[in-house]
Amino acid sequence: MIAAIAFYLFATLTIASAIAVIFARNPVHSVLWLIVAFFNAAGLMLLVGAEFIAMLVVIVYVGAVAVLFLFVVMMLDIDFASLRSGFTRNLPFGIIVALVLLAEIIIALSAWKSGPVLSSHVIPAAPTQNIVALGQLLYSRYLFAFEIAGLILLVAMIGAIVLTHRSRRDTRPQKVWKQIARRPEEAVKLADPGVGEGMKL
Amino acid sequence: MIGLNHYLAVGAILFTIGVLGIFLNRRNVILMLMAIELILLAVNINLVAFSAYLGDLTGQVMAMFVLTVAAAEAAIGLAILVIFFRRRGSIAVDDVNRMHG
Repeated sequence: MIAAIAFYLFATLTIASAIAVIFARNPVHSVLWLIVAFFNAAGLMLLVGAEFIAMLVVIVYVGAVAVLFLFVVMMLDIDFASLRSGFTRNLPFGIIVALVLLAEIIIALSAWKSGPVLSSHVIPAAPTQNIVALGQLLYSRYLFAFEIAGLILLVAMIGAIVLTHRSRRDTRPQKVWKQIARRPEEAVKLADPGVGEGMKL
Repeated sequence: MIGLNHYLAVGAILFTIGVLGIFLNRRNVILMLMAIELILLAVNINLVAFSAYLGDLTGQVMAMFVLTVAAAEAAIGLAILVIFFRRRGSIAVDDVNRMHG
């Protein structure tokens, strides 16, 4: 009973906040609704016992991706009002297309007969914890795919840095190589000016 | 009792909302990227639900890989967005034709 209430709460909030994401006027509000949607989706995943994925969704999606979106939305000076010009024009047709798509998926779902294993209850979890089992699987059977995933993240990081890096001409940064290459004999000059003569620079 | 079909329905609705978001906000790339994140979240919910109801952890491993790709895609997409904005001063994408030649 509690599980059903929790499921409907999380599901309703996820869908409502997803709708708010695409209909919000202010993009900052969109990002905040996206965070709400991610939290509730993590709750949905907790309900079926996928604890590790739920925590991963909270950490990666809320902690990294949503904050990245927030930074970009706030740092770029964008006139968002002009970007909404085609919104009402696309709205009727878009909703028709979306409803057709949803109807197709739902029909396919109801036509699909689940086998006896897939009846209506979660398979009782193995005696090992979710994260232990997942780690054992990840470091044995899916080790190669796991390392490829790490490589993808590395490439994405380097790509993002290379794309957005620019050398600015209008700043005067410290020139480290000049400072290191400086020697005492060219930096210090002993002078012994006579009486009445000035220093010659 | 909550069955597998409930989770699949939530995933389907979330997916449809994501597609609708891409369709409606065709000028605003940031919202398009957010809609793509919603679609990937729907995929993750489906994978995790199937994994739980089948008693097979492979689905959760795949959900983790989807998460990885989603994070990489968001980082690269936003980086492209930033340099696009630097160059053009706007992010209206429905008239991007710089690469026409």
